[in-house]
Amino acid sequence: MSGQQNQTQKPFSFQFNTKFDEIQKRLLMEVADLHAVPEGAYNIRSNSQMAGRASTANIEIVSKTDVSGMDIYIKPGTKNASVHIPVVMTQSGLKEVVYNDFYIGEGADVVIVAGCGIDNCGTQDSEHDGIHRFYVGKNAHIRYVEKHYGSGSGAGKRILNPGTEVYQEEGSSVEMEMVQIKGVDDTVRETKAELAAGAKLVVRERLMTHGEQRAISTYTVSLNGEGSSADIVSRSVARDTSYQKFDAKIVGNAPCSGHTECDSIIMDHGRILAVPGLEANDLDAALVHEAAIGKIAGDQITKLMTLGLTEEEAEEQIINGFLR
Amino acid sequence: MLELKHLSFTAADDDKKDIIRDVSLIIPDDRFVVVTGPNGGGKSTLAKLIAGIKTPTGGQILLNGEDITNKSITERARLGIGFAFQQPVRFKGIHVLDLLRIAAGKQLSVTDACEYLSEVGLCARDYIGREVNASLSGGELKRIEIATVLARGTSLSIFDEPEAGIDLWSFQNLIEVFKKMRGSIKGSSILIISHQERILNIADEIVVIRDGVVARQGTKDEVYPQLIGTASAVGDCIKRGPGKTEGGAQ
Repeated sequence: MSGQQNQTQKPFSFQFNTKFDEIQKRLLMEVADLHAVPEGAYNIRSNSQMAGRASTANIEIVSKTDVSGMDIYIKPGTKNASVHIPVVMTQSGLKEVVYNDFYIGEGADVVIVAGCGIDNCGTQDSEHDGIHRFYVGKNAHIRYVEKHYGSGSGAGKRILNPGTEVYQEEGSSVEMEMVQIKGVDDTVRETKAELAAGAKLVVRERLMTHGEQRAISTYTVSLNGEGSSADIVSRSVARDTSYQKFDAKIVGNAPCSGHTECDSIIMDHGRILAVPGLEANDLDAALVHEAAIGKIAGDQITKLMTLGLTEEEAEEQIINGFLR
Repeated sequence: MLELKHLSFTAADDDKKDIIRDVSLIIPDDRFVVVTGPNGGGKSTLAKLIAGIKTPTGGQILLNGEDITNKSITERARLGIGFAFQQPVRFKGIHVLDLLRIAAGKQLSVTDACEYLSEVGLCARDYIGREVNASLSGGELKRIEIATVLARGTSLSIFDEPEAGIDLWSFQNLIEVFKKMRGSIKGSSILIISHQERILNIADEIVVIRDGVVARQGTKDEVYPQLIGTASAVGDCIKRGPGKTEGGAQ
């Protein structure tokens, strides 16, 4: 086992084996709100190297041996614990595929903070493809936060292709918050989920693209058990000449309820394609899809201007609120 | 002081209808002025021309002697014009506190923001963190709209039909809000577009706008008694006679 583990409930004290520079620190703050070494279990990956790791008595992080990535084991019944697994890349031209598997024990209740920040000042593309699989045990609850951020003025692209698979056992619940607001040139996000009886999935995606960026987000959620439910809501803004595609499909294979919503603002020459997808294979599957795309309402801008904001300031406030 | 000089507005659509025709008007400081008149007479258009939401096709608007005819909505707002919409705008994700802070132009403390909400009869604790979205009722939105104007503390506050979309019970409380504003008007003026007797009743001055022109103007005591039950107040219905309702339904 290459992971480190301690036997107490206290967070493992760890010395970084890499000293972070200012850019790396900034990326860590953007994607994981990390100002210092986090409490609880964590793994920090920097430029394809492990830059820090800590397991706790209840959460064990183990490196995979066949491919790049980790297995994260959360013991049944673990409560009020967190796992941070941020990734930062500051070398131009790096390309990596990382597989992280989470095994969440029965009745556990944990927060998992992932996220990737790329700063690319070079001319070569930098790419991180993180494949996350979640095996969520009976009646377990997880809150998963994933933030993506890109910066740097190089011509090389910042590319992030996250793959997320969620397998939920009976009575489990998963809340996912996916945020990508700035600087990522190209994203193809694929999310798949399978839910057993009574399981609940809530996804809140917030996305803003600008320049010539492209973002594609695809969801396939299968509601396989009686009483399972999914609520997937995407709010996005496409500015400049950027392009987004939101493709959310819910399949109801049992008495269940599902809702997807895509609410988008287009600005400048931005383009958005929303593809509603509902498949009911059970008479008692209740599925709803909502999609709305449009520019910022003129009366919203007018109202804020009567409060003393300029047109640009008004737009900024409206977008900030919308993506909150 | 606000001064309108020969103000005109012609609709840009195919009809080219003259909505406001050569209106000259003075709203002095420390006055509570109610603009009333039949629907479609041009009252709301006049309010929007003053706030800069619509651009006049003729005439001048002066605020404290400065010509603001060609100034933007933002510039006028910064010069001290506040405007409460007849139909308040909803925003996804913007909270009541955000809106009050934008209105105040500073990082208003939660306590101060709550003061404004309390003034319009809202239990501040329940609303301060709410989104200004479709989850709020028409009456709640209207009160928040008025609170944003209070938070601005402008020298000229314009309210476009504050009674519209509010139930009778809520309106009762709003009258108190306006009475209170009138009580502390020193150094500012208030212009309210309204049909409500109770609002007309607390006016210093009443202006009747009809068919795009000032049909009557004077103190409350001069104008108000003539208004009640007259054509100026109820418009064309009376002229058409009983049974001749709009749309021809008999």
